[in-house]
Amino acid sequence: MNPRGETYLWIAQRASAAVLGLCVLVHLATIIYAVQGGLTGAEILARTRGNAGWLAFYAIFVAAVAVHAPIGLRSVLAEWLGWRGRGRDAALVAFALILAGLGMRAVLGVYA
Amino acid sequence: MSATLNVSVWRGGADGAYRDYEVPRHESQTVLDVVTHIQRALDPTLAYRYACRVGMCGSCAMTVNGAPRWTCRTHVDKVYKNRKLEIAPLRNLPVIRDLVADMREFFDKWARARGQFRGARTKADDFARVAPGSEARKLVDAAIECIGCGVCYSACDVVAAIPEYLGPAALNRAWTLAKDERDTLGVDRLRAVAGDAGCHACHTHMSCTERCPKGLSPTAGISGLKRAVAGAALRGEL
Ligand code: SF4
Ligand code: SF4
Ligand code: FES
Repeated sequence: MNPRGETYLWIAQRASAAVLGLCVLVHLATIIYAVQGGLTGAEILARTRGNAGWLAFYAIFVAAVAVHAPIGLRSVLAEWLGWRGRGRDAALVAFALILAGLGMRAVLGVYA
Repeated sequence: MSATLNVSVWRGGADGAYRDYEVPRHESQTVLDVVTHIQRALDPTLAYRYACRVGMCGSCAMTVNGAPRWTCRTHVDKVYKNRKLEIAPLRNLPVIRDLVADMREFFDKWARARGQFRGARTKADDFARVAPGSEARKLVDAAIECIGCGVCYSACDVVAAIPEYLGPAALNRAWTLAKDERDTLGVDRLRAVAGDAGCHACHTHMSCTERCPKGLSPTAGISGLKRAVAGAALRGEL
């Protein structure tokens, strides 16, 4: 990849980190709040089903993970395994799609 | 203070080995004094490198008890722990012989990082006046006193993992030029330092800053380069 592409990856890494920081905080705060009164699975589903705000928040969360993790893994693969070039980047695109797919599957599972 | 020092010194090339010497101990003795004593009194075939002996030339750096240091200004008292002094060539560079590392790749990377000043003035012009209090000038001042010793390069684990990585010293140099208002290379230099072999490979773990004998922070300069490169990319200039 050329320096410009690598710079965009770095920007994406930083931006997704900022989003993740916020999302993790909201996520943890929600969990702690939700389990206080001892919610059941059915009660949780009653709140998440059809809730567009909830769907949007977790869709953004999943997208940030799918961007952030593969870029970090890219450096790990280069430094520890010496794996660089197109093969690695193609594998990482696949990894990003798997993360996004599994993540959205989980999100839709409690939304729909 | 015991009368002698037990010193292990690397002998030979990459496949060499440590050899032990006993060296008389003195007050205010530096590691370079120890190496010099070995060569002059015990074994004249020992190869090592130094010039100024006062921390200016940057030629005397070696690995001392596992850490890179400038030997002419490292006192034995500071490093002689557990009655052991182990002296080896700098890490992350090929060994030529004994304590002499091959610095070519290190300095070639300065050139690759576009470490040369490129100005617009000629000798017919007046001196450039750079306001000492300006933000850019302060950033340059904080990073400019590099003596090219290679200690930071030897301390950096990313250099060990990615041989093409330009490394802290070359990037620090590029940073001082990027912030030099007289320099005209601009985006060409940012392009040279961007990417997986440049500033974006740095993990900000600060071994270079921890070890730099001049108290510089290549880490801060590299972070500055990342910001400058990102700015240029977002403006579509990169
Ligand atoms: S901060 Fe960057 S340049 Fe310095 S030692 Fe760490 S990775 Fe190397
Ligand atoms: S930045 Fe410090 S450690 Fe690195 S070469 Fe310059 S003086 Fe030596
Ligand atoms: S001999 Fe010049 S810096 Fe040590």
